[in-house]
Amino acid sequence: MANSARRDSPELPDFSLLKRLARDQLIYLLEQLPGKKDLFIEADLMSPLDRIANVSTLKQHEVDKLYKVEYKPVISTSDQLCFLIRPRIQTVKWICDVANADRAAGKFRRYKIIFTPQKFYACEAVLEEQGMFGDVTTDEWAFYLLPLDDDIISLELPEFFRDNFLAGDQRWVRTAGSALHLLHSLYGPFSKVYGIGRCSKMAYESWREQVEEGEQKARHAEIGNVFLIDRDVDFVTPLCSQVVYEGLVDDIFRIKCGCVEFGPDVTSSDKSLKVMLNSQDKVFNEIRNEHFSNVFGFLSQKARNLQTAYDKRRGMDIKQMKTFVSEELKGLKQEHRLLSLHIGASESIMKKKTKQDFQELLKTEHSLLEGFEIRECISYIEEHINRQVSMIESLRLLCLLSITENGLLPKDFRSLKAQYLQSYGVDHLLTFSNLRQLGLLVEQQPGETLTVMESKVGKLVNDKTAGKLTDAFSSLAKKSNFRALSRKLNLVPKSDEEYDLRVPRDMAYIFSGAYVPLSCKLIEQVLERDGWAGLEEVTRLLNGHEFAVTGSNGADLRAKNDAQRIILVMFLGGCTFSEISALRFLGREKGYKFIVVTTAITNSSRLLESLLDNHV
Amino acid sequence: MTKSKADEEDYWNSSKFKAFTFDDEDDEFSRLKESRQAVNSIRRLVEEDDDEDDVEKVSWSGEPVGSISWSVKETAASNQRTDREPAFPKITTDTPSLSKSQSGYSLSSLFKGKTKGGNFQTFTDTLSDSSVRLYAPELRKPKSEYKDYVSDWSPEETIQRLQQGKTASLEKFRSLQDKLLLLDFAVSAHDGNVITAVLIYLKRTLSKEVLFRELESRQTALRHFIHYLTETKDQRLLLELLRALGRTEDMALLQYKEHLAIADENKRRDFLKSCLSLPFSAEDSAHVQDHYTLLERQIIIEATDRQAERGGKVEIFQKFPRRASILNMPLVTTLYYCCFYHYTEPEGTYSSPLNIRQTFKISEKQYFVTALAARAKLKAWLDVDALFTSRNWLGFTRKKSPLSFQRVVDILQKNSAPTQVLQDYVGLVDDADLRISLAQKHKCHDIVINTYRDMKDRQLLLAYRGKVGRGSAEERKIDELLNNQQIRWKN
Repeated sequence: MANSARRDSPELPDFSLLKRLARDQLIYLLEQLPGKKDLFIEADLMSPLDRIANVSTLKQHEVDKLYKVEYKPVISTSDQLCFLIRPRIQTVKWICDVANADRAAGKFRRYKIIFTPQKFYACEAVLEEQGMFGDVTTDEWAFYLLPLDDDIISLELPEFFRDNFLAGDQRWVRTAGSALHLLHSLYGPFSKVYGIGRCSKMAYESWREQVEEGEQKARHAEIGNVFLIDRDVDFVTPLCSQVVYEGLVDDIFRIKCGCVEFGPDVTSSDKSLKVMLNSQDKVFNEIRNEHFSNVFGFLSQKARNLQTAYDKRRGMDIKQMKTFVSEELKGLKQEHRLLSLHIGASESIMKKKTKQDFQELLKTEHSLLEGFEIRECISYIEEHINRQVSMIESLRLLCLLSITENGLLPKDFRSLKAQYLQSYGVDHLLTFSNLRQLGLLVEQQPGETLTVMESKVGKLVNDKTAGKLTDAFSSLAKKSNFRALSRKLNLVPKSDEEYDLRVPRDMAYIFSGAYVPLSCKLIEQVLERDGWAGLEEVTRLLNGHEFAVTGSNGADLRAKNDAQRIILVMFLGGCTFSEISALRFLGREKGYKFIVVTTAITNSSRLLESLLDNHV
Repeated sequence: MTKSKADEEDYWNSSKFKAFTFDDEDDEFSRLKESRQAVNSIRRLVEEDDDEDDVEKVSWSGEPVGSISWSVKETAASNQRTDREPAFPKITTDTPSLSKSQSGYSLSSLFKGKTKGGNFQTFTDTLSDSSVRLYAPELRKPKSEYKDYVSDWSPEETIQRLQQGKTASLEKFRSLQDKLLLLDFAVSAHDGNVITAVLIYLKRTLSKEVLFRELESRQTALRHFIHYLTETKDQRLLLELLRALGRTEDMALLQYKEHLAIADENKRRDFLKSCLSLPFSAEDSAHVQDHYTLLERQIIIEATDRQAERGGKVEIFQKFPRRASILNMPLVTTLYYCCFYHYTEPEGTYSSPLNIRQTFKISEKQYFVTALAARAKLKAWLDVDALFTSRNWLGFTRKKSPLSFQRVVDILQKNSAPTQVLQDYVGLVDDADLRISLAQKHKCHDIVINTYRDMKDRQLLLAYRGKVGRGSAEERKIDELLNNQQIRWKN
């Protein structure tokens, strides 16, 4: 049932090299610290670390005990403490506290911080302020890229989104550039780079500078083209409910670093089970990109086949049985295990979704995307809020309403906000302020206000240093213009046409045929046109920042090389599994192979949770 | 596979010592070598290693000298670099203030005033001279003088070095012009890490007034500074900054946010009270007022109810012990709580649902939904019924709801209402199709049967017969209908 790949699809490069590199560099860093040491690992680094090394690797390099960073006093007795952390001020402060406590107790130890993927000056400034600079030494582990699957590479930096888009802090721009640089040196040279978004542009610049700093050896390119895209170019897609299997599993069970934990309701035992979800899982690989409505049929077909295979045993003689056991049984058992797991997961998904009237929810989302019966949608959202159904879900619908409608009418905005605060707590005033700043949930601005503001800000800026029209201003101007975009790019297929989800005709299938993801549509269009020509109106609606550049060694390589059909898409600020599925579909249709590089895998809950501010 | 995975997971949490295995050592080793080669093929990664090696080089006197010779190599490399054709073109970014070519110009003009050597070229020369001298002790200059040489980078070079993670002293940038140049170069390099590094330096060496003034026209730098202050929890300076910028609403919200860190409810209430005078927008001001009023009331209710619960005399608390305190819960939760425990109280009390509804201007629909859920939870079907009942001027009662009956059924069903109760409300759903599907879902057979009868749809009724229990009252009813000669079936 999975679409057969076009025969001429190129092979993907081998990304396991990235893991080896990261591991060897870690080993090198550990070797720099001779003697026994205890290793403290930041909680969100544990899973990524697990993917590239194991305990025995660490043990072999004299790591004695492993601890999770928990911001509590340390009980270790080792005289060398090593901290493997993200460059966060809070964590460095804690390490200083640990060292200061030791100092006060007259305990002598050596401390080493290994920042990954890089250190920040602000962290070192903390060491200096706390009088620990030099006593605590630092190092960097350039672990930029974690391959999650054959075609997915993650930077595992979920904070990228909030830092960059909400706070306007560009600390991760160079990181993104470095990650690109690493890929370029291993799998490049790239011949074309396309992109859209402020951050993409900056990351491109950073990468380009790093290329110029280093030297590029002539080598056989494995990746030809690159597409960079900012998450804020398209907020609609990640806010929609996912209905493709992998996305749905992520929405419900939360896939973490390529691994999911299925609870007792799925495993039908009393234990939870952690399972890796990637192309190695043959069952999963066949259903991951399927619309959920097809999954059951597929799984039961598969179960029948399995039964037949098992049944072959009957009537076998001893010799045949022996071959069967040694050659087939193991595979069958494996398949059986996977099958029952995914059947369990599907059942659990069904149960949860029917309980909360998933159909109606989807209907509302589709109406919003279509711009149809908006009043009904608003009262649906209102009821959602009144009944205190999931706080995130209500917020998601509000944001979707705001983006698709280009802001809420002042009257609606006020009433919905008030009801939201009544249902989920006044603390969410802070969340609303964040959402407004990001342009996710806003009041409709009367046309004039905006222009007045523009000229005011513009004047202010011109009077001072060179014209820097920046963030505060661009967030004001960040009108989604979703409807116009949707018309221009044909994102919402006509609803009266039948859509056969088993035989998808376009990327809209990932949203039940109701919507083609904007992000993926842009990629499709730009690749088709080999640039932005003809998309002027679209880029204007998206606030510009688009680019398409050709490398000096690019032109002659074109056409003959398979690498030209391997396209690396880098999402700055995260991408969803649904988008990955859509790109896989596009690749099959057009004979491309997409490699998705993302700062993190996201979905509507993660995206909105990162913007909540109702806690300390 | 999964098992060993799980074992390791366990390991992360406990820290028990575990013997390590040598099983795959050979294999690992060869792979190590292999990937080491791969590592070496990437220049950037190796570059750092080289640096370290150089740093550890030691001269005759035991002084580390690597940094100098290495920095010379660096400068030489950067000179070559400019000749090479770029592999990829530069694209104009939206902050075009300081382009490379411009900066080259400002660079030399900066140097004219400051360095002894004159232009850039001779600067490099003197530097390479000094590195030669390193190995001739008698000619060595005092260490302090090197530092001067080495750190004599232009603002742009300094930013570049910082970007590459190298050390560079900022101390020599003392004039405001230099400091701002540094900041602007950092901003145009789009490297937040470096922008913050410069800001930390400016914070230390400029007065607040000057810094704030300059940041006002530098939005990107300003946002970095705000984020830095947020992360270092420098609340006071942050508030001052926002005040200076005239961003009063942000200031108010920031101060309001502090309440989240106050655990004690009385202190929190007092803090919220002090927030009332903050310059919120009119709309938010009302919300904060509500927040304060609500907490004040929750404290009173909590105290009374805790006592009542402990006293053991109030039946409802015995029957349905409270699962959590009501403190700091949202308004709707509080309303639910009061509908659950204090439904019949007169309007004068703090915990009366009607009083809460009035005080906080809760919409009719909201009140209705909440009361319905609470009373249904208690299986107080009479209360439920009363919620819908209104009398018209003739004194007839009829059921009315601000909520669609479909939703009402949903709420009741989620609170496990029995079929008899459900069917009253399923029957009130206007739309026939919807009514049937709801009735089927909730097994309200009578409604299905009656609707089919009204539709005169014999086929559907016949089909439904298969779905009800054998020999049940429903089956009998269907049979009666099917045998009824008076009905004119349409099929």
